[in-house]
Amino acid sequence: MDYMTDLKRAVGMGSAREGTKRHWSMTKSSVALLILTPFFVFTFGPMTGEPHDAVLAYFQRPFPAIIAALMVVTTFMHFKTGVQMLIEDYMHGLAREITIILLTCLSYGAAATGVFAIAKIAL
Amino acid sequence: MVQLTLPKNSTIRTGKTWPKPEGATNLRKVQVYRWNPDDGQNPSVDTYHVDMDTCGPMVLDALIKIKNEIDPTLTFRRSCREGICGSCAMNIDGINTLACIYGMDEVKADIKIYPLPHMPVIKDLIPDLTHFYAQHASIMPWLETKTNRPQKEWRQSIDDREKLDGLYECVMCACCSTSCPSYWWNGDRYLGPAALLHAYRWIIDSRDEATGERLDELEDPFKLYRCHTIMNCAKTCPKGLNPAKAIAEIKKMMVERVV
Repeated sequence: MDYMTDLKRAVGMGSAREGTKRHWSMTKSSVALLILTPFFVFTFGPMTGEPHDAVLAYFQRPFPAIIAALMVVTTFMHFKTGVQMLIEDYMHGLAREITIILLTCLSYGAAATGVFAIAKIAL
Repeated sequence: MVQLTLPKNSTIRTGKTWPKPEGATNLRKVQVYRWNPDDGQNPSVDTYHVDMDTCGPMVLDALIKIKNEIDPTLTFRRSCREGICGSCAMNIDGINTLACIYGMDEVKADIKIYPLPHMPVIKDLIPDLTHFYAQHASIMPWLETKTNRPQKEWRQSIDDREKLDGLYECVMCACCSTSCPSYWWNGDRYLGPAALLHAYRWIIDSRDEATGERLDELEDPFKLYRCHTIMNCAKTCPKGLNPAKAIAEIKKMMVERVV
């Protein structure tokens, strides 16, 4: 039995003074994706089913390459924040912390791989 | 991990079917969640038959009739019977609402009554709201001022007073918080729609001088930002309030402070 008061339990460790930055960054990446997605669809879409050489030549042009790179980075940053929110909702304790670390590695790893691939084609 | 199935001792079994009242022709079947902490049994759902010709129109009328005439052991909270006190909040036909203002004619099939979801049950339809009330207390639901107290009252313009409409009417029945999945999974840290609606009510009160401190206390990934705008709170509120909008307004103020 503990003798903790109800208020002590409700207040917990107090406010983390954090959260708004993440909320604002999520809002910004949502708006960015809203703008980027049509550009990405119209630049990436026409290349589906095209010969390999044609695709390489296309992504050596600055506009499609920059759009693709921005899309990859923004998507994975948005993914990281969104899935972290999901993990915080449904997981607790050490499992929550480990999963968030794995998610961070996966997101940065996927973004870096995507950017490297685009850079290799474009440069 | 979040628990998606009931623990063994919470699995609900079929309970007793109480005999129909003699001579009654206009009967309504009412199924009520029962749990007694003293008998060591699992919860059950008892079935009662209420004579509608001698019963008031609201679900609370049926519960009171059952308690008075059929089963005096049935336990539930009630007081004002007109939607002001918030005592008789329960889950009726899958909706969190106040039994005193929810008409039985609004339920088409059998009337199924459970306690507010995802809260510890004290007995039958009575949830333990200790933590819920403590969370309300934690947001300092009172006027905080630093300026010396005026000789008469703290003055407020009509326009500023109108900003409190849609907020001050909350009766703290807990229907909204207990309908919120975020509150189900993280109710220990997430303040929930009711407490946040009250927090906003004091944040935008033109007489309150602790706006910054109040926002500081709320800035937390769990206390505030567990709200994902699911909107169950606004849908279920028996007073027709919109806690989700109040939470969105707090988030907007948080962003205004940093951008």
